[in-house]
Amino acid sequence: MDWTAFALSLKLAFWTCVLILPVGVVAGRALAWGQFRGKALLEALILLPLVLPPTVLGYYLLVGFAPGSALGRLFASLFGAPLVFSFSGILVASLIANLPFAIQPLERAFEAIPPAVREAAWVSGLSNWRTFLKIELPLAWPGLVSGLALTFAHTLGEFGVILMIGGNIPGETQTLSIALYDRVQAFRNWEAGAMAAVLLAFSFLAIAIVHVMARRRPWLHG
Amino acid sequence: MQILRRGILASVITLFWAPGLGRAAEEPVVAAASDLQFALAEIRALFAAQTGRDVRLAFGSSGNIARQIRSGAPIELFLSADESHVLALARDGLTEGEGVIYALGRIVIIVPHGSPLEADGSLEDLKAALARGRVEKFAIANPEHAPYGQRAKEVLIRKDLWSALEGKLVLGENVSQAAQFATSGAAQGGIIAHSLALSPDVGRRGTFALIPADWHTPLRQRMVLVKGAGSVAREFFELVRGPGGRAILKRYGFTLPGEPG
Repeated sequence: MDWTAFALSLKLAFWTCVLILPVGVVAGRALAWGQFRGKALLEALILLPLVLPPTVLGYYLLVGFAPGSALGRLFASLFGAPLVFSFSGILVASLIANLPFAIQPLERAFEAIPPAVREAAWVSGLSNWRTFLKIELPLAWPGLVSGLALTFAHTLGEFGVILMIGGNIPGETQTLSIALYDRVQAFRNWEAGAMAAVLLAFSFLAIAIVHVMARRRPWLHG
Repeated sequence: MQILRRGILASVITLFWAPGLGRAAEEPVVAAASDLQFALAEIRALFAAQTGRDVRLAFGSSGNIARQIRSGAPIELFLSADESHVLALARDGLTEGEGVIYALGRIVIIVPHGSPLEADGSLEDLKAALARGRVEKFAIANPEHAPYGQRAKEVLIRKDLWSALEGKLVLGENVSQAAQFATSGAAQGGIIAHSLALSPDVGRRGTFALIPADWHTPLRQRMVLVKGAGSVAREFFELVRGPGGRAILKRYGFTLPGEPG
């Protein structure tokens, strides 16, 4: 078992979840209730990473953030290291790749809140902000947990993008799924086997959480 | 309860924020051609025993590593499987000079147990087997960016086998993956690095034979410090070219510079 790779994977999944959570809540809520021009297009864009080959995302990041390019220089000046072959680089890639996994469950959860509930809150004199905090978020929490569980598990399993822009550097970009690939090439199958088992367990756990959350409708229990 | 929860959250954040976890600058990244997969792991252990320090090893094909160095990857020492990639980096001013030749590589034909092929270094058996349709898959490293793949292609062209074999080739991303493909049992054989075949993990999966060194351009394996390399990378560089490193490289079948093949 490669603990460096395991810790790196957890770190990547943790920061992806932390950073994507506000995006998921704001975007999920806006998409659930908002009506605006280009909404269908925006939804399609957010869903795109579900079907987009990870290598395509990797290619664009590699080319777009090359050290010589304008974006690449901007990134390097902001984070002190180039995007390619660095932890911040795989974090950016992971955030993009996880947008649908975080936003979709939250959008569904907000959609499921009956308009009458929010209207009742407003009539009772709650501000928009307090309605969000006290009414909407507690009702949408199964979606939030599902979104985070999916994001976490999906990040642990991300392979294609990280292989392309990560460069297989231990402690920096060699996540557990990349380390697994690396160990098979190094004929260390027993180590690869341990990593495969860990990833399998995490994936199963995530799906179990999502499944349980999908059955939970707190507002029905009063 | 609230306080406990906040405490746990705070400690998790501090844990992951801790710079030591992600970037151990005191453990430089040494990127190496994957024919060194096993030899360099031993040299690293020797380095740790002698100096109490460690390096992080990243393996890949020499072409890919060179591209990563050009893209600004945090690599401090590069051990290539040939010299063209190092010399090109040196020309562009990315390295500290041209480095040194640390070894000369050899290639072997390896066949897994139960294969209809024979481990025959003259490649005559491969030719006969191809003619009789006994070869379905044959593994080499990708000649586009892996030096060992280029040399495999050279000898196959020289023996007039390339056109017959081209449609049956499985290409490893680097020579270590080629070795894995070649010995998996799904291919009838492959051409890989001698240094990999000599490791017990690979060797026990099949039999191999050396291909004559003068059938291909020499694999003059050059290593170089990348500009900005620190003192630990320098020490490691010295160990590889010194007697300790040379003894290990010799055991893995490399011919050493200044010694007869």
